[in-house]
Order: sequence, then C-alpha cells, then structure tokens
Amino acid sequence: MKGDDDTHAGPAPGQAGRARRGAMRGAGRLRGWGGVAAMAAACGLTAALTLVPLSRADLGSSAMSGAGSALGATAGTCQDPEASLPPSSGDGPSIDAIKARGKLVVGVDQNSYRWGYRDPATGRLEGFDIDLARAIAEDILGSRDAIIFRAVPTNQRIAALENGTVDLVVRTMTINCARAAQVAFSTAYFQAGQQVLAPEDSPVKGYDASLKGKRVCSAEGSTAYEALEKNSFGATFKDEHDGEDGDEDIHTVPNQLDCLVRLQMGEVDAVVTDNALAAGQAAQDPAVELKGKPFTTEFYGVAAKLGNDDLVRRVNQVLVEYRAGAWMRAYDTWLRPVLPGITGPPAPKYRTG
Amino acid sequence: MTYAPDAPAAVPAARSAPVAPGVPGPPPATPPAARGAWAGGWSRLRAEATTEPGRLLILGAVLAALVVVFGAVTAYEVSDRAAAADDVVSRSQPLSADAADIYRSLADADTAAAGGFLAGAQEPADVRERYERDITTASRLLIKAAANTDGSSRSARDIATLNEHLPRYTGLVERARAANRQGLPLGGAYLRYANQQMSTHLLPAAERLYEAETARLDQDDRSARGWPFLSLALGVVVVAALLRAQRRTYLRTNRVFNRGLLAATVASTVMLLWLAAGHTLARAGLNEARAHGQDSLKVLNEARINSLKARANENLTVVARGAVLTADGKRDKYETEYGTGMGKLSAALAEAGRLADDSAGGGPVADAVQRVEEWKKRHEDARDTDDAGDYEGALAKVIGVEDSTGESFDQVDAALKKALAHEQGEFTRAAEDGRGALTGLPVGAGALAVVGAAGAIMGINRRLSEYR
Repeated sequence: MKGDDDTHAGPAPGQAGRARRGAMRGAGRLRGWGGVAAMAAACGLTAALTLVPLSRADLGSSAMSGAGSALGATAGTCQDPEASLPPSSGDGPSIDAIKARGKLVVGVDQNSYRWGYRDPATGRLEGFDIDLARAIAEDILGSRDAIIFRAVPTNQRIAALENGTVDLVVRTMTINCARAAQVAFSTAYFQAGQQVLAPEDSPVKGYDASLKGKRVCSAEGSTAYEALEKNSFGATFKDEHDGEDGDEDIHTVPNQLDCLVRLQMGEVDAVVTDNALAAGQAAQDPAVELKGKPFTTEFYGVAAKLGNDDLVRRVNQVLVEYRAGAWMRAYDTWLRPVLPGITGPPAPKYRTG
Repeated sequence: MTYAPDAPAAVPAARSAPVAPGVPGPPPATPPAARGAWAGGWSRLRAEATTEPGRLLILGAVLAALVVVFGAVTAYEVSDRAAAADDVVSRSQPLSADAADIYRSLADADTAAAGGFLAGAQEPADVRERYERDITTASRLLIKAAANTDGSSRSARDIATLNEHLPRYTGLVERARAANRQGLPLGGAYLRYANQQMSTHLLPAAERLYEAETARLDQDDRSARGWPFLSLALGVVVVAALLRAQRRTYLRTNRVFNRGLLAATVASTVMLLWLAAGHTLARAGLNEARAHGQDSLKVLNEARINSLKARANENLTVVARGAVLTADGKRDKYETEYGTGMGKLSAALAEAGRLADDSAGGGPVADAVQRVEEWKKRHEDARDTDDAGDYEGALAKVIGVEDSTGESFDQVDAALKKALAHEQGEFTRAAEDGRGALTGLPVGAGALAVVGAAGAIMGINRRLSEYR
C-alpha cells in the first residue's frame, strides 16, 4: 500500500530504505532526487540484484542490459506483472457504474502518431489504442461511440485512474511491477521495447556509450525516463527545474512527441522512448531514425483502478475476442506502415490462484 | 587673473556712467588700474547709496533685474512643463498605448493560432488574416518603440527580447501549420511549444514594456503638473517690490503715478496672473486626461488583455483535452487559467464602469459586461457538452461562427475596442487642452519681462532726470 502513497508523494527524500525501494520500482516518478548518494545506491542495487530478466524469458540477450533488467520487477511479490485476472463477461460494481453513466471514460493520448492521435484534418482521435478503447466501449455499452476520451499526460496516467477521472487508460502504457502495485493491468495487448531515436547522421548509435555527453529527451514519468535514470551513459537528460514551477521542459517533456519538437529544434541530440512510439515519430520526420536495437522488452496493457476487478476481467474478455481478428486489422491499418514485421498479438497470461 | 576682475567691473562702471560722467571707463589692459576701477566702483556705489540719485539708480537696476529674472525663470519653468505636457500628449501616452497594443497583438496572435489549429487542416482565412495582422502590428510597433527608447534602458532589453523571440515564435507556428497540413500530430506539439514560448518569453517582456512606458507617462504627467513655485514666488516678490517703489515715489514726490513703474507693475502682474491661470488650466486639463482618460485606458487595456488570455486558454482547453494539468496535478491548467482570466476581466470591467464618466464611455463597457456574462454561460455549456463526451459538439460551441464562446469573445473585444477608442479620444482632448493652456506663455513671459524691465528703468530714469 505504501506504493500508492509514493505515487503522489513526488520527489522522495533520499532515505536509505526508500532508495532501495525506489531503485526497483518507480524511480522515474521520483524526479527531483537531487541526492547523488541516492542515485548511486539505486545504480548499485540495480547492478547487484540482477533480477529476474524482466518478465519474459524470451528476451534476446543482446537486448538486455543492467539498466533494463531492473525495470518492472520487485523482488518477492511481483514476478510476473503481465499475468492478469482471468477473463469474464460478468458485471460488477465498476461496470454497473459505467452503464449507469452510459459512457466509458478512457484516458488516451492525442499525440502518439498511429496509436492515439488527433487527426488534424478531422479533429478526431484515431489510432490503434483508440480502436481498442472503442471495442471495449462497444462490448460494455453496445456502442463504439459511447465513449469519452480524455487526453492524459504520461505522468498523470496513474493519478487519473486513482482519482476517478477516467475508467480506463489505453495509452501505450507499459506493464511493470512498480505500476502494477498502483493500478490493475489487463493482459498484454502489444509488445514493444525502449529504443533510441536520433537524426540519421547523428553519432548516437543506440543505447550505449555513444550517448556520452549528449542531450537526451524523454517523457516525464515514462519508462524511458526510468531507464535513463538508471543508466544514462553520461548523457544529460534532466532539466534544472524538473517538477517545479519553472520547469524548462527541454529534456523531460509532458509527451514523447514534444521530444521530436526539441530534437528538430536542435535542443536535444536524441530521444529515448518506446520503439512503437519512436516509429510514429520517425514516420513524421524522415530525417530521424531508430538507432540500435530495443534495449528492453515491454508489454502494453489496459489499466484500470486498482480493485476494479470486474472491469479488468471484462477488458480481458474483450481482448480475447480482439486478438482473434480485430487486432490484426487494427495493426494493418495503423501500425504496419511504421512498425512492420509483427506477426500477431502477444499471448495472454493469467494469474493462477 | 588678468581678466576676471575686469568683466564684473564693467557692469557697475557702465551703470554709474550717467551719474558720474567724469569718471572714464575702466582702462582695459592694466590689472592695477582694473582693480582700482573695481574697488573705486564699489566705493562710489556705497557713496552714492547715501544720495537720493544714487539710491534711485540702484533701485532702478534692482527692479529691472528682478523683472528680467522673473521673466526668465517663468519662461524656463513653463517651457519645462510645456515640454513635459507635450511629451505626455505626443510621446509617452502614445508609446504606452503602443506597448499595450504590442501585448494585445501578441496575445491575439497566439489565440488566433490556437483557434486556427482547432478548425482543422484548412485554417479559416479570417483566422489566418487575423494572425498575420497581429504579427505585422506587433513588428511595426516594436520598431517604433525601439526608436523611442534609450538604448541602455530596461525597456530596450525587453524590446530586444521581443525582437529576438518574435521570429522564433512565428517560425514555430509555421512549422505547426506545415505539420498540420500533412495530417501529422506533430503540428499540435509545435503549437504547444509556440504557446510556451509566447507565455514564458514574449508576453512577460511585453508586459514589462507596457509597465515601463506607463511609468514614463506617469513621470511626464507629474513633471507637467508640478507647480512652478519659483516663478510664482518671484512674481509675487516683483509685484510687491514694484508697488513698494511706487509708494516710495509717491511719498517723496506726491505724484500718484509713475508711468514707467506702472507699466512694469502691469506687465509683471499680467505675467503672474497668466502664469497662475495658464498653469491651473494645464493642470486641470492633465488632471482630467488622467482621471477620465488614462485611468480608464489602463483598466480597459487590462480588461482586453485578460479577455485575450481567457480566450487563448479556452482554446487550449479544447486543444489539450485535459493533457496539461496544474502544478498540483489536480485540475486542467488551461481551464483554471481561463477562470483566472475571466475573473480579472470582470473585475477590470467593473472598475472601468465605475470610471466611465459619460454614456459614450459607459455604453460599450456595459455592453462588454453583458457579453462577458453570456460568454461565461456559453463556456459552461461547452464544458458540459465536452464532459458529456460530445467533443465535436463542444468544439462547435467554442469555435463555431454563431452562438459560440468565440462569438462572445469577438463581441467583448469589439466593445472594449470601442471603449478604448473613446477614452483615448477623451485623454487626447483633455491633455491637448492642458498643453494648449501653456502655449505662448514662455514667449509672452519673455516679452512682458522686457516691457516690465524697460518700464522700471524708464520710470526710475524719469525721477533721476529731475536731479540733473
């Protein structure tokens, strides 16, 4: 339960016990950790623990790194964050509330090209995540349009669920142990990985030593930021007033797409984000490209408020059907042009017992 | 050393010439002789002060000098105030108005940019034109402001900041447009970035510039209204001295009038009255310009700026769809700032209504108040529509042509523009009246001083001649 409090606590003081906890989960939210000691402790623990390599055993070893391996694993309690509740189409208190309202409120992004973005020509939200959200609304309320989209900044996804602003978050949200302690995830609906994006002729070659001395941009509260906080290879990735009133919003920005703006303006040298989102950025600027290989393996899930089990089961039920056909159609429509070569959705994993 | 004693020596020597014709002028080149003349002059003066012609001579010189000094000081002090009044009318007030206009143009451009974005890939022509006009106005007024600003001042730095960031801002907006046209969400990201640049660099600099120009206006206004105490005091002294001289003449000669002295007294009195009346009128004009023009202009500008801020935030609320939150992460940032802007707008309008002194000024303000109320209602309606999940419906209620909050904003802006034009007219008229009250006074003071001094000398000479 303490984890829940941490979400809102903001920058944590560099207490020793906290540092350990922070190193393992949610370090990204603990921006403003000025303490070098705390950082050192976090890095040291990360290296020493050599946790269960992420959550899947099928990771290519080349994609692994000390930094990446620490993402999403809390020793002891959280071995397999992707395992979700078994599917069910039964109702429950949270589904009843949605039906009473007549609308499903979903937190989405409007800046992730091909995932959830505002089509400037029509002003409508479109994308892979949007299609999935509409499928869930159709299943619960019988209409694809019985839905209210709320744009949620990356670092507000969990807060939006906790304070009831939205019922669900369908927003390229990576499932990991830190977050699984605060929100309830559905089964995985997409596999992605963190990757570096830079101009074609950039000396940056990937998530490696070529980042040394470079300025790197990531979204506030993203897994990319957490990865950089664990190992930035000597790159600059923080703003002086992060999380304060005078936040410069140069190295850490509200949305990953803002990173592309900073990159094009020459204010940063590279961007770290999910390859799925980075592909969307590259599709908007032919002069940038993905560098190196994805250095993590992550899975996107639909998030609900912790405890809304009926809703999670229902979403899992929708996903069972979605994987059977609609998933591939959505992939063909939105993602294949920018993210080719994916043969199908990741298989669901369910919690036993 | 050689010439220093020489020059002053010439004055008493020359003045004493008519009564002491036997004494030659001071020998020019030899210092001992010059010192002798100097010392001799003073001792003669002292000696003459014991005789009536000598006393008359001194009296005449003193009176003439007093009148001339009075004229000169009046001319100087009044010129100073007239220049300040002229600055108020033709320089600092226009510059203050320009600075307000720079701010308004920039905020309006930002609003138009966000509005055009909301309208879709094909930006409406009138929104585009509005943006272009705003940027052109801001650029033009910046050049004017730069030409009127001392290069080392704080305002010059703000103008430099504005000049530096304005092209960057327009560049970002053009990038946003280009991406929008291609159907890329990157356009929205650029628009956010442009808005951030506007609100963190451009608008604060424009606000500082406006404050500095307005402070300069206040200073010029104060200088123009300051009483010319020295002139007035001198005037009283001169008139009193002239009257005393005439009384002296009357007591000694039993003649009621000495025409020369009478002319000097009349000239000095006229000058004193002109000075007092002219300055009182000028003050009245400037006071009126201040009370009925400048104070109203200040709150109306504030109202207009806040209506713009509120409108920009209202647009951004729809653009961002809740993606940007306040620092505590609890409320929508743009919606909160919209509320703040509307609150300030209402407060400024209430103040403007209080200051409006005639129906021509009060009418547009009352109109604006009513439109603001309607705007608030429409905004609530649009918010409710959005909260109910009808984004397109809400969008139409914000940027639609009819019955939208955009229409309300345009109406408020038009009413405020009208009120501003009226108050600007009031200000200019009153301030020009004030400035006009000082017209001719410096020249008149010089002329009257010459007349008065001549009269005093002539009057005394007439008495002197009786001793020859």
